[in-house]
Amino acid sequence: MIEELLLSTLRLSTPLVFAALGGLFSERSGVIQIGLEGMMLVGALAAASATTFTGSPWTGVLAGASVGMIWALIYAFFVLKIKADQIISATALNLLAFGLCPFFTKIVFDSTGATPSIPFEQRLGSEFMWMAFALVIITSLLLRYTRFGLWIQFAGESPSALQSAGVSVGLVRSISLACTGALAGLGGASLSISLASSYAPNMTAGRGFMALAALIFGAWRPLPTFAACLLFAFVDAAQIRLQGSATFIPVQVVQILPYLVTIVALVGFFGHQRVPKGLGKHV
Amino acid sequence: MKRALLGFVVGMTVCLSLTWFAGENPFHVLSVLFKSAFGSWDDLALTLFYTTSLIFTGLSVSIAFHAGLFNIGAEGQLNIATVVTTGVGLFFTFWFPPTHVAVALIYSVASVLAGLLAGGFWGFLPGYFKVKRDAHEVILTMMLNFVAAGLAASFVTNNQNPNSQNPESSPVSPLMSWQPWDPLHKLAPDTPFNISFLFAVAAALILGVLLYKSRWGFEIRSTGLNEEAAQMNSIPAPKVKILAMCLAGLFAGGVALNEIFGAHMKYRLGFSPEYGFIGIAVALLARNHPWAILLSAFLFGALQKGAGDLDLETNAITRDFAKVMQAILILSVSSFSLWKGKKK
Repeated sequence: MIEELLLSTLRLSTPLVFAALGGLFSERSGVIQIGLEGMMLVGALAAASATTFTGSPWTGVLAGASVGMIWALIYAFFVLKIKADQIISATALNLLAFGLCPFFTKIVFDSTGATPSIPFEQRLGSEFMWMAFALVIITSLLLRYTRFGLWIQFAGESPSALQSAGVSVGLVRSISLACTGALAGLGGASLSISLASSYAPNMTAGRGFMALAALIFGAWRPLPTFAACLLFAFVDAAQIRLQGSATFIPVQVVQILPYLVTIVALVGFFGHQRVPKGLGKHV
Repeated sequence: MKRALLGFVVGMTVCLSLTWFAGENPFHVLSVLFKSAFGSWDDLALTLFYTTSLIFTGLSVSIAFHAGLFNIGAEGQLNIATVVTTGVGLFFTFWFPPTHVAVALIYSVASVLAGLLAGGFWGFLPGYFKVKRDAHEVILTMMLNFVAAGLAASFVTNNQNPNSQNPESSPVSPLMSWQPWDPLHKLAPDTPFNISFLFAVAAALILGVLLYKSRWGFEIRSTGLNEEAAQMNSIPAPKVKILAMCLAGLFAGGVALNEIFGAHMKYRLGFSPEYGFIGIAVALLARNHPWAILLSAFLFGALQKGAGDLDLETNAITRDFAKVMQAILILSVSSFSLWKGKKK
């Protein structure tokens, strides 16, 4: 029972970990990122479609990551090039994802929302989970020990310093955003071709925002963010379990548990905060 | 405003090109949109019904914007307000069944006030936590949207209308309906169009005056423009921000007037085509000016009504295309508005 719960926690944490790491690249480089939800959604759809067409989940992984990346680069175009408001643009892109996905499924699969179900042998199992855990460590090392990691941190903390060192802040941020999109797209892919057996409308269910909450809760650092993702995933796993067993609580009330915990985490334990200083600021 | 309109035109062009991509004739789509929104008296009335709700959510988003906050929680606020309005209405219906129209009117007003307060409270929460705990208001309001949706779903499960297959609550007492004396409803009796439209317009007009002509409006705007400077001039910025979020919730709650006593008398699950999110587009196109919101709410109301009919009249385009249009319009309008700032 406990084992099962822990195992499903790990499984459910996968999309959150991907998305939160994606958010980390964006926010540590100084770009506010509330668009994870949309990137996850298009990633989920792309991964499920590609897997359906080719029969191989790895093309799905590739498609999820690339479409997520393209989505993030559109965001980059609006906020870095046009310098449009970051929160508004991201909200619009989320909305666009929610509108375009059914548009796409209607044209391609002639269905009003979901993609065809993917047979079990064409889905991925724990590969995503290991990939996510590896990426936590890689990100952590990349940020601390590589030149590019330091550039990202400078772009987020003191963009003008980076600029005067002769490095293009816009370029660093664009590359970071591309990583963000790829990671969030992978998060979506893990939903549609591993946790579930197809893309379903609104299947992200706020996970993009939870991932951002985990990032904030984890003070924008990879390992604590990972821990926060595990916490949220644990609540989600417990919630699913409660739905099956405890009949005295209405299902809908149980379902809001993860959202409530996210709110409490944001509000309650937000002691010492370390917001990247250049977050949302242009050079 | 000129740039915003230019952005609107460009955005519309992009949207229509997308329909061409889906194998539809853009001009056909445009004519369907137009006919559906303004084609007949009843069509126009239904467009105005959507407009009413969008004025409320547009005002909600814009007042938060004026105080420097981003309220994407209008959806949750209007959900809670509508649930509470229905709940209180049902409470009266079952425990103190109204016998006289006058009593019923008092009941309905009391229910609406309770709903508005609940909406205000749903706005207060993120405002308070933003100020006191510096929690991210965007995530908070988003999470509260999900919580509100969950509460609404459980409310409907517990009060399911026994005479209906749809997920909706039992109706409140028909005596409490505003329709018998509603002069606006008499203009288009076959549609849900109702007197709430006047309330929405009045709210926009009054808010416009208050924001730009009163000391209170000045406090809100200066807090939004430069919080530090506002505080230097002894404007209590934190309080102003909390108040602005409360008001945002209150305005979003106005949707309950339109939905419950004005029209349907019961809470229907999923009644809102995401008025809260369209409200963002409405506020943005109007550049947050309450009077301009009247116009932009009408435009988006027409789009919403038109998109519903695209579902029936075309092969490839579904109702969800409304979201695509809203998103593209938000992007193009906000980009074009910015372009002006640069050229100046």
